[in-house]
Amino acid sequence: MNTLDWLILLGTMLGIAAYGAWRTRDVHSLNTYLKGNRSTGWGTIGISVMATQASAITFLSIPGQGFESGIGFVQNYFGLPLALIIVCAVFLPIYRRLGVYTAYEYLGRRFDSKTRLLSAGLFLVQRGLATGVTIYAPAIILSAALGWRLDLTIIGTGLLVIIYTVVGGSAAVNLTQKWQMAVIFGGMVTAFIVLLVKLPDGLGFGGAAHVAGALGKLEAVDFSFNPDRRYTFWTGMLGGTFLMLSYFGTDQSQVQRYLGGAALREGRLGLMFNALLKIPMQFFILLLGALVFVFYQFQEPPVFFNQTEWRQHEQGAEGARFRALDEKFNAAFTENQSKIRAWLAARETHEAAAESAARAAMAKSQQRVQAVRAEAKAALVADDPHAKTKDSDYVFITFILDYLPHGAIGLLVAVMIAAALGSKAGELNALATTTTIDLWRHFRPLAVHDEARNIRVAKWFTVFWGMFAIGFALYAGFAENLIEAINILGSIFYGVVLGIFLVAFFLKRVGGTAVFWAAVTAQLLVFALFFSLKISYLWYNLIGCAACVLVSLIIQLLMTLKTSAKEIGRR
Amino acid sequence: MKSAPPDPHHSDESPGVPGFRAWRGVYLFVFVVFVAVVVALALFSRYFA
Repeated sequence: MNTLDWLILLGTMLGIAAYGAWRTRDVHSLNTYLKGNRSTGWGTIGISVMATQASAITFLSIPGQGFESGIGFVQNYFGLPLALIIVCAVFLPIYRRLGVYTAYEYLGRRFDSKTRLLSAGLFLVQRGLATGVTIYAPAIILSAALGWRLDLTIIGTGLLVIIYTVVGGSAAVNLTQKWQMAVIFGGMVTAFIVLLVKLPDGLGFGGAAHVAGALGKLEAVDFSFNPDRRYTFWTGMLGGTFLMLSYFGTDQSQVQRYLGGAALREGRLGLMFNALLKIPMQFFILLLGALVFVFYQFQEPPVFFNQTEWRQHEQGAEGARFRALDEKFNAAFTENQSKIRAWLAARETHEAAAESAARAAMAKSQQRVQAVRAEAKAALVADDPHAKTKDSDYVFITFILDYLPHGAIGLLVAVMIAAALGSKAGELNALATTTTIDLWRHFRPLAVHDEARNIRVAKWFTVFWGMFAIGFALYAGFAENLIEAINILGSIFYGVVLGIFLVAFFLKRVGGTAVFWAAVTAQLLVFALFFSLKISYLWYNLIGCAACVLVSLIIQLLMTLKTSAKEIGRR
Repeated sequence: MKSAPPDPHHSDESPGVPGFRAWRGVYLFVFVVFVAVVVALALFSRYFA
């Protein structure tokens, strides 16, 4: 990165943070501090919902996912439109009608305070830990790729987001997220255009898409029922709807984003905006990754994209082995490139037999390239059993740093940091609101009427959760796959919380005591299964929710029978 | 001040979107667009396979 890149990066990031803090410096109403301005329009709400969900990892890892596995990951979002329709039709009108600050406040009114405290506690544990991952995940990738110090990257981005979130609360989060998303969209479109320009002469978008398709990277929809396939239309529709309903309907970091606005209409339109745009947006990011894959068929990539890790091994005692792998990869790449060019030439002849033979040769040479990459990863583990072998998160940032012009590099790094700040701001805001409204005010009922004191407390809780996230990111070790770490955390708790809400909305006869003990039982069951079974973590969403609903029905039935028996006894 | 004042506009008011009288129409439109996007993605995959 040169001076121009630094100017663009610091200018956009500090500028947006300062603008957000300055514009919202005079927020004196608790309602505005926690929910945002009443005048917030549906566009701002929609962008805010999108920015909270799209973390830096979305823009670092998902192009890498497109590069490595193709665009099939888009099916993961197929449940989102249906889930958002349900949230708009059922969840949101109830939250708005009651005028609650948090989703858990609704549970307090529907059931009792112990159920409210339990669900708020589950949210704080899960989201508090996930916020640490949200700040750590991009920091480790950016520090490795750019040579920045990891601790300073974590502290710098962490403090910046704390400052403007503390000053302006939800109003500042909404305002800054709007501008951060503008930087993100601008940066991603710039990367797409530069990528198209840098493709070999005559290839163009159509040719590149044909290469990507022929090499299996453009299978967007898979209608098969094969259980071995991780992403299919059916898993997206069934599992995806369930997951998205939990996230958008019961996670305060999202609920808080759409509770603001002048009327119910604003929140609903903001959510429908996401229901329409989210799948095309994810498709675009994955397509970008698939095109980066095509680009690297004509420009030699490193054998392993986390080059900091690779160089450490190359300079170690087993260096000769790693240098030999470099050479082997170079030979495989050169052969593969000639086979791709031969296939493109065969396509032009419109002779089916020649095209088919060239395609088979291309697929074979591609397998050899992948085999060398697998050998390189095995060599890393053989040299150091703790070596991190997942390099797909480094693909896009490597492309940015190696091939984008100066200025655009600064803009794309700003995209990553803007996404990190936007999602973390939403999370901190939600954590502080839940702690203030559902915990602090519960134990300090006399302070409820002192609005200024409530705002002061909410600000201190924002600082507390921000420092907690920074500390967690600095001192905790994480799983190699960071998106998976967040999803595992969510899946352990989301199911039970969704179960509580489904009982609240649809099982009117079930009371607070029944649902409270059902939730405790279901959460213990999920913990027990998590530590004893080896099943996909996604199942815990379903298990937690189903257990909570079923056990609450059983407990309520037993309680009703007991009461009836007592009444009969009295007679 | 137990919580924020209840929303006076909580009823199932008109969406205020040209061409839509009720929210059911908006939801149906979003669902139809989703189906169209899935079909477009399937055709895209098939064309470039």
